[in-house]
Amino acid sequence: MLGICRPGRAGGGERRLGFMRVLAAMSGGVDSAVAAARAVDAGHEVVGVHLALSRMPGTLRTGSRGCCTIEDSMDAQRAANVLGIPYYVWDFSERFKADVVDDFIAEYAAGRTPNPCMRCNERIKFAALLDKALELGFDAVCTGHYATVVIDENGDRELHRSAAWAKDQSYVLGVLTADQLAHSMFPLGATPSKAEVRAEAAARGLGVAAKPDSHDICFISDGDTRGWLAERVDLQPGAIVDRDGAVVGQHEGSQSYTVGQRRGLGLSVPAPDGRPRFVLEVKTRTNEVVVGPKEALATAEIGGSRFTWAGRPPADPATPFDCEVQIRAHADPVPAVAVVMNGELVVTPSVPLDGVAPGQTAVIYVGTRVLGQCTIDRTVSAVPA
Amino acid sequence: MRYYLDHAATTPMIPQVLEAYTAALAGVGNPSSIHSHGQRAKQVLEESRERVAASLNCDPVEVIFTSGGTEAINAALKGLWWARNTDRPRPVIAVPPGEHHATTDTVEWLETHERARILDLPVDADGRIEPEGMRAALAGVGPASGPDASSSDDVALASVIWANNEVGTVQPIAELAAIARERGVPIHSDAVGAFGSVPVDFRASGLDALSVSAHKIGGPVGIGALVLGRSTTVVPLLHGGGQQRRIRSGTQDVAAAVAFAVAAELAVGGLKQHAIELAALRDRLVAGVHEIAPDAVLRGSVTDRLPGNAHFTFPGCEGDSLLFLLDMAGVSVSTGSACTAGVSELSHVLLGMGVPEREARGALRFSLGSTSTDADVDALLAALPAALTRARAAGHSDRPR
Repeated sequence: MLGICRPGRAGGGERRLGFMRVLAAMSGGVDSAVAAARAVDAGHEVVGVHLALSRMPGTLRTGSRGCCTIEDSMDAQRAANVLGIPYYVWDFSERFKADVVDDFIAEYAAGRTPNPCMRCNERIKFAALLDKALELGFDAVCTGHYATVVIDENGDRELHRSAAWAKDQSYVLGVLTADQLAHSMFPLGATPSKAEVRAEAAARGLGVAAKPDSHDICFISDGDTRGWLAERVDLQPGAIVDRDGAVVGQHEGSQSYTVGQRRGLGLSVPAPDGRPRFVLEVKTRTNEVVVGPKEALATAEIGGSRFTWAGRPPADPATPFDCEVQIRAHADPVPAVAVVMNGELVVTPSVPLDGVAPGQTAVIYVGTRVLGQCTIDRTVSAVPA
Repeated sequence: MRYYLDHAATTPMIPQVLEAYTAALAGVGNPSSIHSHGQRAKQVLEESRERVAASLNCDPVEVIFTSGGTEAINAALKGLWWARNTDRPRPVIAVPPGEHHATTDTVEWLETHERARILDLPVDADGRIEPEGMRAALAGVGPASGPDASSSDDVALASVIWANNEVGTVQPIAELAAIARERGVPIHSDAVGAFGSVPVDFRASGLDALSVSAHKIGGPVGIGALVLGRSTTVVPLLHGGGQQRRIRSGTQDVAAAVAFAVAAELAVGGLKQHAIELAALRDRLVAGVHEIAPDAVLRGSVTDRLPGNAHFTFPGCEGDSLLFLLDMAGVSVSTGSACTAGVSELSHVLLGMGVPEREARGALRFSLGSTSTDADVDALLAALPAALTRARAAGHSDRPR
């Protein structure tokens, strides 16, 4: 029996060295099940918790989409049974709607391109869930993310890429702060490949060993993000313009375009040089979509006022420092120089970046270590108009 | 050591019931068969039906065995609806808020698929249906004057729960049934939570139909009964071999009927003494909870209440957090409301009683039964202070700020 009802906050009371009360967040997938299993093996007292994120959960999983159906919850419970740990479902559907889904819609409505998985990590898994877990007597939250927490010589926590480069999820954890990292466990970080995790799941008798990976945005069950947004964002027809402001076409709603998009523009005026044009900017205030040549997509500088450090910050962030910047979950990192200036994290990549849109997150690394991140507010084109 | 304070969800099978059940399972013979094996099975089945009927004070032919409470309620509500809408349309179903989901979801289904109109029967802050409110509501759908002024012929049926499964309020069933009868409206009662805890007398109640379930009284899961007055007509849900007045086709479960009969006799036989003891234990629990949490609100009626029920709302925390923490401390309790895939829903019973949403989130139900002892109450009262401290610290952190 867990001694969770002992008075005092987690961390008090007598315990074995290195032994913790761990909440294993279990989605019903193979990664979180194996992560929980490893936490059990490490001698921690583990409780499995499935997060109910949808108010109207579907009954059955369809293909690789979604992760919040009743079937997924049952998969998580069966995995917990195999591991011999208690299992509960915690309802975060209202928080998830307010902090992730509504935020996603609002960001799109403002012409930005948000990453809802990062928001979920920032506001649900490592905020609402972690806060509740700590208050209810846990010491840490364990997830199946592929990332590594390293303790440096001073005992401070650092977030690093996982050993499995192809599965590395340190990018979506870039929003974690020192305090959050101090209560996070990622037991899969040192595993070289997903195949190994699946093999381990099979060896442990976990029924989810061969379950398909989930893709796409979990709350858009049919994968049609554009159609889903069109039902929720007030779209008004307007003009598509070139960089000089000349009208080259019409759109049905500027918010349904994303920076870097080429297809589906339906331009009526051909480019003078006949070359394809891309969305360079979405101006929701004037309801205009700006298009131009591919090279104009190249971004020489990005800036964001909402930035965080993943653990120990740089000694002097006001002095430019070398790093690498990554702007999508599976983009390659690019050498860059970063500096905090006028309350903004400004990142200058050594070579221009393609397809950067406001609302995206720029995560900066030093080697394998995640240093911090910012939500991109503004970009500077490498090719002035 | 684990402590079970969730007898309203299901209660342990009584040893004599288990013995009779397993002995009966060994028998062979379909009660519908003509040969001696069949006749023997039929004899055991009908003896069981007679014993269940005696426990509920109805005729044996009025007992229709079902798979449980949910099926009985569906058979009653849909069956009455269809029967009452065969000769002319009677579009209204009279039902209070805060019924069990077996009722509310069936009525909603009839609303969606059969264009039923729901007439809300008003409840007070304790969840008690007000007889005068029911009379006024039914009178509202009848002709205002003329020879039919006393009839509410547009009302297909009424259904009221005998004792609320969450907050434990016991309804004045006979009074409500008399009003329905006055207005010419057939009335059903869900007595699943009441049977075995308070006297349930079908004949004295004046009801047309009543539903009960075996596993709430120490019998097995998988059998219940619809008590249907001999003069009441329903259209059957299940078609097939024509068993049980052609109302419930399907091979009858002799062993489960035997177990149900034993459980029903034991429940009714010792009811008076059992209820007194249970209420005393429950009152100790309530006093103990109030000592620990003076701001906890006992929901439901104080006087007309199931003897084993104690339902509270605890301000400033989620019932789910308390449930989790108490479970970790070895005490099994419930938030009282239905749950979907492990998540308790916000109680429609409390909302129907006018409890604000935020208060309703702190709901927790403790329910006692035949195996409950002082040790169960002691364990709860020992674990509750620390659980409350932690749950209040977590507050409503899983809700939007």
